[in-house]
Amino acid sequence: MGKSKVNSLGLSREEYKGRPSTLCPGCGHDSISNQIISTTYEMGIEQHKILKMSGIGCSSKTPAYFLGRSHGFNALHGRMPSVVTGALMGNPSMKCIAVSGDGDSGSIGMGQFKHAIRRNIPFVYIIENNGVYGLTKGQFSATSDEGQELKYYGRNELPAIDLALEAIIAGATFVARSFSGDSKQVQSLLQAALRHQGTAVIDIISPCVSFNNDPKSNKSYDYGKAHQISLHDIQVVAQGYVEGKDEIVVAPEAFADGSIVNVEMHDGTTLRLKHLDRNHDPRNRSMAISVLEQSQREQLFITGLIYYEEPRPTLAQLGDVYDGALGTLPEHRVRPSQQTLNDVMAKFK
Amino acid sequence: MVLEAVPQPAIQPNATNGKIVNDFAFMVATKNGSGSQTSNNVLVKSLFNMGIPVNGKNLFPSNIKGLPTWYTIRVSKDGYTGRRATTEIAVVYNQDSAAEDIANLPVGGVCIIPADWKWGHSREDIIWYEVPVKEIMKKIDVSSDLSKRVENMTYVGVVAQLFNIPLDEIWKALLENFNGKEKPAKLNFEAVKLAYEFAQQNLVKQDNFWFEYDNQTTGKIMITGNEAGALGSIFGGVNVVAWYPITPSTSLVDGIFDYQHLRKDPETGKMTMVIVQAEDELSAIGMLVGAGFSGARAMTATSGPGISLMAEFTGLAYYAEIPCVIWDVTRMGPSTGLPTRTSQGDILFTHVLGHGDTRQICLLPANPEEAFEFGWRAFDIADMGQLPVFVMSDLDLGMNNWMSEPFKYPDEPIQRGKVLDAEQLAEFIKEHGKWGRYLDVDGDGITYRTLPGTDHPQSAYFARGTGHNEMAGYSERSDDWLKNMARLHKKLQTVRGFLPAPIKDYDASKKVAIISFGTNEPAIQEARDMLKKQGIETNYLRVRALPLCQDVTDFINSHDRIYIPENNYDGQLYQIICLDHPQDLTHLKSLPLGDGLPMTAQWLFDKIMAVEKK
Ligand SMILES: Cc1ncc(C[n+]2csc(CCOP(=O)(O)OP(=O)(O)O)c2C)c(N)n1
Ligand code: SF4
Ligand SMILES: [Mg+2]
Repeated sequence: MGKSKVNSLGLSREEYKGRPSTLCPGCGHDSISNQIISTTYEMGIEQHKILKMSGIGCSSKTPAYFLGRSHGFNALHGRMPSVVTGALMGNPSMKCIAVSGDGDSGSIGMGQFKHAIRRNIPFVYIIENNGVYGLTKGQFSATSDEGQELKYYGRNELPAIDLALEAIIAGATFVARSFSGDSKQVQSLLQAALRHQGTAVIDIISPCVSFNNDPKSNKSYDYGKAHQISLHDIQVVAQGYVEGKDEIVVAPEAFADGSIVNVEMHDGTTLRLKHLDRNHDPRNRSMAISVLEQSQREQLFITGLIYYEEPRPTLAQLGDVYDGALGTLPEHRVRPSQQTLNDVMAKFK
Repeated sequence: MVLEAVPQPAIQPNATNGKIVNDFAFMVATKNGSGSQTSNNVLVKSLFNMGIPVNGKNLFPSNIKGLPTWYTIRVSKDGYTGRRATTEIAVVYNQDSAAEDIANLPVGGVCIIPADWKWGHSREDIIWYEVPVKEIMKKIDVSSDLSKRVENMTYVGVVAQLFNIPLDEIWKALLENFNGKEKPAKLNFEAVKLAYEFAQQNLVKQDNFWFEYDNQTTGKIMITGNEAGALGSIFGGVNVVAWYPITPSTSLVDGIFDYQHLRKDPETGKMTMVIVQAEDELSAIGMLVGAGFSGARAMTATSGPGISLMAEFTGLAYYAEIPCVIWDVTRMGPSTGLPTRTSQGDILFTHVLGHGDTRQICLLPANPEEAFEFGWRAFDIADMGQLPVFVMSDLDLGMNNWMSEPFKYPDEPIQRGKVLDAEQLAEFIKEHGKWGRYLDVDGDGITYRTLPGTDHPQSAYFARGTGHNEMAGYSERSDDWLKNMARLHKKLQTVRGFLPAPIKDYDASKKVAIISFGTNEPAIQEARDMLKKQGIETNYLRVRALPLCQDVTDFINSHDRIYIPENNYDGQLYQIICLDHPQDLTHLKSLPLGDGLPMTAQWLFDKIMAVEKK
């Protein structure tokens, strides 16, 4: 026993797990859950400070399978963003990891997706994107690619909605795309997203082994492995990091030569981006948009931190809201006095 | 008014000298958006300040500018505040509706009309007073954009002079209206004065209507139900307000905006509440559910179309047991319906809102005092019962000015219900061996919850709308499902005990009774007096919450005949009573109205007489 590895809180990775998964064996969503477990474990995150939120779908079931000591809410199809907004208004001191699907965010929940971003609600918004409705057994979703074929539903003739692009247009300040098969990239993006003080959208292509894993489908494992173009390797360098002394998650040897972009985050963290493809600078909005448009046009599977911007104030900051659980404040801090009521009444006499 | 055509009885004097004192109604017809609201408010407030029981009801169109709008003001020395079927005096300031407005006056009625129209005396059996509006306005130095608004002050001056409202009362009310700002008050007062002087010099009083000082409003306030609900919420400790604008609920949230400064934390200076304008009602209610989950007090205000959109979420809140408060300031449906007309037509739908077996808690306020009280109490009920609470107001209460006693300060401390912090959770586990979110250890159906952020390794749970067992684990087992439903049923029984009890006026000797709810109250009280004069004595029960309680059952079982008047077309309270009482209820008579207007005593009297006279 005594030998097992523990994190800075003295907890083992095991203690960051949730209930056993009930998804299909091999489902991409499960590997994302694993990356969430690893990342929060490595970062030594206190689980009681995390909220796990989701909508409805196979993807949205997953919060039950990680962070068993965090409160969670499996809400309604497409409506997770509003529940997150309310929960973080009710207690702005919480951190939130939310999971959605491409149907959940790209169809029924498109409105809430964009409006939560617009309000800059500070949470990690993970879309487990398999280009299909998993839980209702394999219908097309709005992110299904044009020309994609499915067993019962034939060929999709409609253009796909790119949720990363939608996020940027809605005003997101942190937008990434990844692949559930690339655990290292998913982990480093999650690390960065958890430090972001705004909505951090990560659109993760996550194959559905039951309904959309034909090698021809560009949401399949085979396709992803063969075609992923990573814009960069990401090293998350926390403030005060001393090279050689502190451990960092992404092994430094991954970074050989090559140009580097250092993205300074709001909390003092630096994102060191190396091995740049297309000279991508995520701080450049038009570059981010054109990379996504190009990938859509040419059907390229480009991953990495697509866009980053110094975050705007969050909704709670704009409202100058008390930074804690509002519902636990004692009476004298939330109920005005008898005298105040008398004064108000006098105005109506 | 063009809104209804009621037979108008002849006018009866109420004083020996032939005078009719403080017992009549008048109506002001203008165009929407012309700024007549200030004039009407000033008239109502002047009368209120004179000590006369008064009420003003705005019957306005769903339009920003141009369509006809009516404002009815009733004074009643007997203190009746219901809308009156007969309006003896008409201020006819809108040419588009003038013909019908004049036709609707009773014989001996009064028409005040701009002289500029050269309308002529289209009826011989009413009294005409013509006001040279243009000529008066020429004497005032006012910019053209303000002129149209100020024009409405001319009828205030004429009404004041003809029916005896002292000018200093008008001045006082004007100052109040403009929050003490002298400049706009003076400008408007000039028009009032000029019109008053014109009337003094040129109009010969031919009618018998008089206002006289009284002392029946001392200590009272004048307020809308929406302002009352807003204040109730503020004093109830609301933390998160999420909303999407819709008539007639908007001014409730506006009221919260007006008073949110009262909710600065005295210790940190930070806000202890926040208002979020959502992108739609789906999102608004979603925010409430999230906030309620994190332990905050959350509310929204909406109307029928918004309630329709909230169905799925309120079902989730009911089943996942999340507290939140939803105000439905009801307007006339179905569909977009009559967006600016009052209705009580949402109670049946709201009471069972959500698919599957749901019974939602509804509070039914009848006046501003109750709107205030239910405003704060709804949060306590929601937190204690861990469920959504609907406050079913309506346009009449929400948007019209009502006389009221000043509000009573909450007589109980804030009730947060069964919430365990880390220490209490440890105690709980010590005592019971384990804690489960839906584990009923008290046997009252209400279980203990923990809030996100609780620093205890066993505090977490996963809330969901899917089937779950006592430990909040996912379950599709029939026995788990049924056990949970049975507990929810038991919980509802417990929650009945938290709800405002019905108000009863009961005397065992009387065998005829009325059951109703909400804003029908003034019409019912007046109709009961009218019936009494005809020898028909009635008992009365006013339901103040759903689900119904034993009191209602007992009341139903102790009468021969019970009338259930309500302001919807289908008789929804009647249906709810039938739903809850499988026995023979043939002695219940549904009296549904649902014409978009506040109920009148005359209507109810006629309906009941039609049966009782037989
Ligand atoms: C209001 C509503 N409509 C429809 C459904 C049925 N439904 C459940 S999951 C789902 C689609 C899920 O697709 P996605 O979000 O892509 O998640 P995945 O299962 O693919 O991970 C649908 C349509 C529902 N739960 N609620
Ligand atoms: S159906 Fe698809 S998305 Fe759902 S669990 Fe199975 S593999 Fe995953
Ligand atoms: Mg999907």
